[in-house]
Amino acid sequence: MSREKGILKESTLEAYLESRGVSRRGFLKFCSAVGATLALPASFAEKAAAALTADNRPPVVWLEFQDCAGDTESLLRATRPTAAELILDYLSLDYHETIMAAAGHQADELLYQTVNNYKGKYIAIVEGAIPTAKNGIYCMVGGRTAMAVAQEVCGNAAAIICVGTCSSFGGIQAAAPNPTGAKAVMDIISGVPIVNLPGCPVNVVNLTATVVHYLTFGSLPALDKLKRPLFAFGKRIHDNCERRAHFDQGQYVEAWGDAGHRDGWCLYKMGCKGPSTFHNCPTVRWNDGQSWPVQAGHGCVGCSEPGFWDTMGPFYDRVPNVPGFGADVTATKIGLGLVGAAAAGIAVHGVAKSLQLKATDGEEH
Amino acid sequence: MATKKLVIDPLTRIEGHLRIEAVIENGVVKDAWSSSTMWRGIEQILVGRDPRELWYWTQRFCGVCTTVHSIASVRSVEDALDIAVPLNAELIRNLMIGIQAVQDHVIHFYHLHALDWVDITSALQADPAKTSALAQAIGQKYAVGVLGNRPYAKSSAQYFETIQKRVAAFAGTKRLGPFANAYWGHKAYKLPPEANLMGVAHYLEALDWQKDVIKIHALLGSKNPHPQTFLVGGMSIPVDPNSQNAINADMIAHIRELLVSAKNFVEQVYIPDLLAVASFYKEWGAIGGGGGNFDFISFGDYPTQSAVKHNDKALWLKPGRVTAADFPTLHPVRPEDITEYVTHSWYSYNGGDDKGLNPFVGETKENYTGPNPGSGKYDYLDTDNKYTWVKAPRYLDRPVEVGPLARVLIAYAQGQKEFKGVVDLVLSDLGIPASALFSTLGRTAARGIETLVTATKNLEWLDMLAANIKAGDLRVHAGEKWDPATWPKECRGVGFHEAPRGTLSHWTNIRDTKIANFQAVVPSTWNASPRDAKGQRGPYESALIGTPIADPEKPIEILRTIHSYDPCLACAVHVLDENGKELTTVKVL
Repeated sequence: MSREKGILKESTLEAYLESRGVSRRGFLKFCSAVGATLALPASFAEKAAAALTADNRPPVVWLEFQDCAGDTESLLRATRPTAAELILDYLSLDYHETIMAAAGHQADELLYQTVNNYKGKYIAIVEGAIPTAKNGIYCMVGGRTAMAVAQEVCGNAAAIICVGTCSSFGGIQAAAPNPTGAKAVMDIISGVPIVNLPGCPVNVVNLTATVVHYLTFGSLPALDKLKRPLFAFGKRIHDNCERRAHFDQGQYVEAWGDAGHRDGWCLYKMGCKGPSTFHNCPTVRWNDGQSWPVQAGHGCVGCSEPGFWDTMGPFYDRVPNVPGFGADVTATKIGLGLVGAAAAGIAVHGVAKSLQLKATDGEEH
Repeated sequence: MATKKLVIDPLTRIEGHLRIEAVIENGVVKDAWSSSTMWRGIEQILVGRDPRELWYWTQRFCGVCTTVHSIASVRSVEDALDIAVPLNAELIRNLMIGIQAVQDHVIHFYHLHALDWVDITSALQADPAKTSALAQAIGQKYAVGVLGNRPYAKSSAQYFETIQKRVAAFAGTKRLGPFANAYWGHKAYKLPPEANLMGVAHYLEALDWQKDVIKIHALLGSKNPHPQTFLVGGMSIPVDPNSQNAINADMIAHIRELLVSAKNFVEQVYIPDLLAVASFYKEWGAIGGGGGNFDFISFGDYPTQSAVKHNDKALWLKPGRVTAADFPTLHPVRPEDITEYVTHSWYSYNGGDDKGLNPFVGETKENYTGPNPGSGKYDYLDTDNKYTWVKAPRYLDRPVEVGPLARVLIAYAQGQKEFKGVVDLVLSDLGIPASALFSTLGRTAARGIETLVTATKNLEWLDMLAANIKAGDLRVHAGEKWDPATWPKECRGVGFHEAPRGTLSHWTNIRDTKIANFQAVVPSTWNASPRDAKGQRGPYESALIGTPIADPEKPIEILRTIHSYDPCLACAVHVLDENGKELTTVKVL
């Protein structure tokens, strides 16, 4: 092991990368790709490379509360950088229950070591909502309530990144009637910068880009009013959709597996919520750019919008009053009669509906 | 007598929140309690929703076994509405189920379980040249064995040296991140440094591999985790050889490439590693078996024809039940023989907590009686009374283990050739009798056996899909009952699925086109169950009894047995209806 010490002390990019079995070319390619996700100029790549190779891995703790581990699994699907690179090379992932080798009180110790030794300097990544009913007894970790853990761990962080719709907006357990009083992190923690990366699950591309942005510039990316980064949530799915031309032409899928469906026509009549959803799915896609729901033939359900479980349902009913409607399409094709049906579905749960989300206005935290 | 009560919470490298309390007496586990400490109440939230979107909601029970609840949900609604799913859709589902099983099992072995057997820190002492020789010897051994595969290409001394350098550089930072504070150096770790280095290398290889092979879910399901092309009545991914927006020859070729890559990794890396590691830990073939205190069930899966019912004639994996007492005698399984108890769970029944209820007439009322620590911390649960959010499902009033071991035992008892050949290979290679399958080692080996058989079978589903498309069948969805106006006023159905972690069932009651009642009995509810009214322990609890614990401060032995089940807790906890609504009609399968 002694012969490795020299490598660690060398500050050149090459030596650092070599010690990790990564080529300089491959590394810069990754930095460029992240830059593209963030919509930053090419010069960003060099800056990011310098920031990432300074061996100043920020301490990160990843908390899981009322979750399904879907965001953790999404992390494992990372490709640029890979999960191994993220976990070993770019971050010091000091606590993550699903991945970590330690268990029980030895695991607990790690969490509080980071909280105490790096107060105000570590990143808290949160997956899952926080139940608040009955003093928070619906989620306990190591004998403590999620509420108590969140107050202490998130409250002392430099920044909080909420991965997925549950930690960002409460998610599925907060859907009516919300039996456990589940809440978003931003509803119970104040005084610490928060970035919300909703999506069910989070698209790991957006997590990676946020982390790299933070490491490079020492600040969080510009956010909208819902604390979502503009680079990922600044545009409506409908406006970037590959099936948009079919919408404008009035070419709709009418039944699953019909000729239009097989030919990639618009899924609006099958309940697609792309017109009401802000997310970069159509451009970054999923699993290394393989696909996304609309490409594969199922409508968007609006999973990155707050309260989508109640406001976007029923998932197979049409969205009323679609903005940006093409001039070639007559109003009858939208199916105004269905407004009532959608409204009735929502009345079941007594939840106010807010489909027409305002365009983001770049409010920074 | 030296007695100590120890607590492991959080029990890490699982999905969800699990706590184990155990009494250790004279260095052996004398008693154990399994508790799940998180509850979301999703079933309650589901009441009143559209049954066609049930799958999308229940999918969020778990992001690890990310297809399984969707499958069980659509099957339950299809059962309720008597919908026959087109063959293309069944085969697409089989491909998604199959690759999910393969990918999930490999992740479990390397990323959730391996660190109980592989000491990463010891890898730094390895001689890369010796590791290379070991890897090549293992490769050669299995290249000439029954599996007939090629040795894994990455086995040079240089390759292992690169891996070792990477680990050394990481260790040199003194900030070990997810590898800090573990039980490294514990005397229960038995692998030589060379084997540990090989294990670390494959931990990293598997991390890269899993993200690639699961692209099949992106191709057929739009994304992973949480694929989004399921539909009641079929799938929403169209099939059309003459379209670029559907499953065509190009996509089938892409999927084939990924399936072959998945199969190669399982044959060349996972199975040889499993056998090599197991050969150092044969004593675990006598630990963690549960002493015959629970049975094993499977309800079968992988339909190969368009069918309405969960019909065993059309299933590749056949249903059945075996017991440790009379193995390999095979017994049948029936949905009506399933009951759930809440005697020791944080729920209550109107008719008293000592009765078991079938999920079709199940009722649940949340009744939390556990500690309420406020901003502090509690020490122990009241294990004499209620102590978990997991219910206690029983089959014919017996505790039951579900999962790969159950399926392999049942397939073995049925004499299913695909399984029997691999089981016999594993037993003869390790030099252990079939009875040693009832153990922690057997459970871990069975997962590998199932992975190998499934990775091979997946290519058959793809061939069948291509052949069916070639024959001119482009149907992916049965749309006759898509419109809720065509539904009966009231109906109910059950959907079974053999998920990676075992038998999963969703029980759905529909009234006036809305979900009136929903219940899920999931694999980890069976395995992580608490005691029932008779005081019978759940499988985790029984399996831990008698386990030797060398150091109560570092109870690695408990982790080994619990991890051998691959716990997945978020979906195991549930409730349906605050008021325990009465069900008025009963439709038995």
